[in-house]
Amino acid sequence: MAKLELRHLNKTYSPKVIPVKDLSLDVDNDEFVTLLGPSGCGKSTTLRMIAGLEQPTRGDIVIGDKKVTYAAPGDRNIAMVFQSYALYPHMTVYDNLASGLKLRKMHSEEIRRRIAEVSGFLGLDSLMERKPGQLSGGQRQRVALGRALVRQPEVFLLDEPLSNLDALLREQVRAELKQIFESLHTPVVYVTHDQTEAMTLSSKVAVLNDGYLQQLDPPRRIYTHPANRFVAGFIGSPQMNLLDLNCDRGAAVLGDYRIPLPTGATPPARITLGIRPEHVELANSDVNGDTQTVQGKVILMENLGMSNLVSIRIRGAENVTLRALIPSDRTWREEMITLALPSEHIHWFDVETGERLFSEPLQIPTAHPQTQRLDIRST
Amino acid sequence: MTTTHPSAYPAAKTDRAFSLRKVLLTIGVIFVVVFSLAPILWQVLTSIKVNADIAAIPNVYFPRQFTLQHYIEIFNRRPFLNYMLNSFFVAATSTLLCLALGTPAAYALARLRVPGERFILALVLIVTLFPYILLFIGLLEIVRATGLANNYLALIIPYTAINIPLTILVMRSFFQQLPRDLEDSAKVDGYNTWQMLVRILLPLTTPALVTTGILAFIAAWNEFIFALTFITRESMKTIPVAVAQISGTAVFEIPYGALAAATVVGTLPLVILVLLFQRRIVQGLTAGAVKG
Ligand SMILES: Nc1ncnc2c1ncn2[C@@H]1O[C@H](COP(=O)(O)OP(=O)(O)OP(=O)(O)O)[C@@H](O)[C@H]1O
Ligand SMILES: [Mg+2]
Repeated sequence: MAKLELRHLNKTYSPKVIPVKDLSLDVDNDEFVTLLGPSGCGKSTTLRMIAGLEQPTRGDIVIGDKKVTYAAPGDRNIAMVFQSYALYPHMTVYDNLASGLKLRKMHSEEIRRRIAEVSGFLGLDSLMERKPGQLSGGQRQRVALGRALVRQPEVFLLDEPLSNLDALLREQVRAELKQIFESLHTPVVYVTHDQTEAMTLSSKVAVLNDGYLQQLDPPRRIYTHPANRFVAGFIGSPQMNLLDLNCDRGAAVLGDYRIPLPTGATPPARITLGIRPEHVELANSDVNGDTQTVQGKVILMENLGMSNLVSIRIRGAENVTLRALIPSDRTWREEMITLALPSEHIHWFDVETGERLFSEPLQIPTAHPQTQRLDIRST
Repeated sequence: MTTTHPSAYPAAKTDRAFSLRKVLLTIGVIFVVVFSLAPILWQVLTSIKVNADIAAIPNVYFPRQFTLQHYIEIFNRRPFLNYMLNSFFVAATSTLLCLALGTPAAYALARLRVPGERFILALVLIVTLFPYILLFIGLLEIVRATGLANNYLALIIPYTAINIPLTILVMRSFFQQLPRDLEDSAKVDGYNTWQMLVRILLPLTTPALVTTGILAFIAAWNEFIFALTFITRESMKTIPVAVAQISGTAVFEIPYGALAAATVVGTLPLVILVLLFQRRIVQGLTAGAVKG
């Protein structure tokens, strides 16, 4: 089975519109790589270049050991699932599935065998004689997927295949997709702007922004070690708190509090502190002695069902808002609230470049003189 | 239905407004139908009246006596069947040529990146605006020079040329409104441009093909000036010329009956054609291509 390589891809539509600037990416046999990024960041463009529907301005695309940069889409042995499904409306489901195989002059026995296999698997058997217009959205999605699967291509490309399904069906199909592609051992490139899809399906997530690859890592690591400020803010919902702070003698100054920087680093003048709302905890007696806590005033509380998203204004820093995700069963009485910021969940980024600082392992000085416990104080 | 409706009065009012609208609509429809069908009806009635009724004063509107005399006359005393076949051959050939040449051109202009695309389109549009009578003198010279007189090519080529711009414009807008993903998907499946046009796009544009085809056919079927001038051999004449000749042959007594019969006979094929393809013109063939 083949491997997909993108080498320094660039797509320039016009001097102002350069959706892909310099993208290199390897997708191995067993890998399911998701291209994730905000709208207009060039995900679809990248996918279309891999498919051959768009010619790269520079760079190379290699499938297996063949350079296919300028090959026609039909000569690449790839299959693509479109967001709109793009089924042929005048053909029956069977013909839709068979058309790509017939064009490749495949033996009709083999065509029938492959279609039977895929349709049984996707539950399309009873729909074979229908036209796409007579199918529900979910069924169309399956036919589109089936059309890609029967091809047994060297690379699968999927452009937001689930975005037209309702939430419940999407969850179900997502699970099915995961199963299907895990058993195939074929490189898959999947485009989405839905983080949950990216996190649950992929073996690796490629976060794109501004035409550049921001980070390529397994989902878990993208979440725990965002490579830069953009990834940190883009991945995770609710969004990570990103606070630009001044530094002073080995600590970042957050209102009345000093958050110690990792030791051994030369602290810059300013630094970005990142911490996810779900990692900000309500401080209580069992928070151990070295955990940094801050105190602030609750200015907004949003109920998300399982938990409350609480926005607080930190004491001494009037223009800084920190958001914390606090389980619904945890309550507090006062307007002032004490929160713990566990140091292992704090990320540091360069204010200028947005790059991650003090990577691995995060070391926190013990018994720092400025670290202090603050109790809930009534106002 | 447990409580009485409190707003019976406003409901009645909207009802009345609604029915007034309906009445106006009906009157409008009747007016349009009468306006456009009355001449045809008059021709049909005239064609089955006896000569005495046609000439009677005051007018006899509804025939008192039916006769097929005029039809028999045009088919027996004149080769009207022959004229019809001539017309059919010329119109059908030029229509097919028009679609065969115009459709690929329309696709190229709609989707392939053709250099100077805007210029070509502007040109096509200008050609449709050009009064074709002005071409006539030039064409006459060309026909003479090439010796195409009394050759159907002298009609087929100009008819095709005149109808191609319309075909290109209509088909192009149809191709443009087809979802682009469909073509991308076909390309990934391995269709080349020609296969894609024939196997994917044309089946989806049948309504447009039929519509433009019928328009081109009607235009060619009805054309008079070229047909009158370029074809002089009696056995090769087309319907409009033949109909005109009926009145032209008799100076003193205008054969209204035969004229009416010829008009009906000349119109009938077009009516049949439209009725036949009416269902194919129905839209909505692209339903289900993309998400619903
Ligand atoms: N044919 C084209 N000509 C010029 N610009 C284009 C063309 N196709 C796409 N673009 C531009 O390239 C950029 C990237 O488009 P692309 O479709 O790759 O975005 P995307 O990441 O898939 O976004 P989305 O999540 O909304 O689908 C956009 O700014 C778009 O306007
Ligand atoms: Mg896209």
